[in-house]
Amino acid sequence: MSIENLKSYDPFAEADETPGESKQAQNYIHIRIQQRNGRKTLTTVQGLPKKFDRKKILKVIKKKFACNGTIVNDSEMGEVIQLQGDQRNDVQQFLVDKEEGLELDPKTIKVHGF
Amino acid sequence: MDAAETEARPSLPDRKQRKSVVFSSEAIVVQPDGQVTMSSTEENKEATAISHSTPAEEEEPTTPPEDEGALDLGKKKKKKPKKEAAEDGEAPAEEAAADGIDPTLKKKKKKKPKTDDEFAARLAALDLDKEGEEKSDEQAGDSEKGTGIWQHDQTTPITYNLLLGRFFDLLAEKNPDHASTGSRSYKIPPPQCLREGNKKTIFANIEDITKRMKRSSEHVTAYLFTELGTTGSVDGSKRLVIKGRFQQKQLESMLRKYIIEYVTCRTCKSPDTTLEKGENRLSHVFSRRIFGFLPVHSPPNKMNWLTKGFPDFMTCNSCGSRRSVTAIKSGFTAQVGKRKKMQ
Repeated sequence: MSIENLKSYDPFAEADETPGESKQAQNYIHIRIQQRNGRKTLTTVQGLPKKFDRKKILKVIKKKFACNGTIVNDSEMGEVIQLQGDQRNDVQQFLVDKEEGLELDPKTIKVHGF
Repeated sequence: MDAAETEARPSLPDRKQRKSVVFSSEAIVVQPDGQVTMSSTEENKEATAISHSTPAEEEEPTTPPEDEGALDLGKKKKKKPKKEAAEDGEAPAEEAAADGIDPTLKKKKKKKPKTDDEFAARLAALDLDKEGEEKSDEQAGDSEKGTGIWQHDQTTPITYNLLLGRFFDLLAEKNPDHASTGSRSYKIPPPQCLREGNKKTIFANIEDITKRMKRSSEHVTAYLFTELGTTGSVDGSKRLVIKGRFQQKQLESMLRKYIIEYVTCRTCKSPDTTLEKGENRLSHVFSRRIFGFLPVHSPPNKMNWLTKGFPDFMTCNSCGSRRSVTAIKSGFTAQVGKRKKMQ
């Protein structure tokens, strides 16, 4: 039963508007690094899915990576996790990890910085 | 793949030496095979010499400089195969020597005269065949023509390296495009990195690099700043001053990312591309409406990329493909330094 006209799909819809794509574009998790003074750095994790409780994640991360961190409320980006030190790889692995992590799709994670 | 070839070739002299050592034991092995193998070995030699020598010359000069620091996109990918190839290249050589099959051995040639007596009878019998083979060898030992060993697949096993070489020769021959775009490595000069004071880094040759990439230095600068989460400025001699300490290799990896994202074509890997800003937005929309791709009265929310900003497009000049490129946008940047600034 493939009658083109009976499909509910709108052929004139924007190509960019396909639900999967637009969602994905928004759902990227960005892991960034910033330099502070000296050899110090800051890692920020932006765009975690809403279903996760940031506070709990932060608690686990802080314990696991032995660093301090906070949750910053940004007007545009929402709640951002901020960690001390370069935790990019750690965080990335943690987000992807299936056993003790968040089981996220690595494709949705973007690691920035050098 | 090409690297494999290059690795294999330099090792040829080694092979010869080994073969000479092993040879005495192998002479016996060769005999049972008969003349065919002998002739084929000769042929192979020439074939390899002819067909492989040119690519080797082209590639060898290019590979060493890569390692020395010129920025090369293909570098990372290539490295692994190279090492493997180096190891593989030797192993097959030894195996081949043990089997007495290796066609590239010079020693075998010499042996021929030695064993000539024994073979003379056989040679005479197969004279016709041999002549044919030799002729073909002299004309072209090339695998492409199906002469030489390549004719006699059944009797003489062909070493993996030869087959592999043949495969790539054929591949390169049949599609010159691949050879020109795929294997050619894209190089830009390594970024020159100076330290200004304690907290600033000067990226000295950004102008040169951006010219090489055919991108505007503004674009590259914007990318660097957002990715590194810093700010900076351009000084009098068009050098980029970046806030923060960065090492050359860090900048290099940034450039590499940039090139992958904004310079190389995803379909053909060619760096010969142009980046177009989504300038002609309005006319583009209208033309799409007129030609029916968009409903004439599309709801405003469907037009949100009009207001949000139209994605940039990258067009490949060698294969003509076109793809949208994510716009550079900075995400969250944490407040670093004095808190006074914040309030």
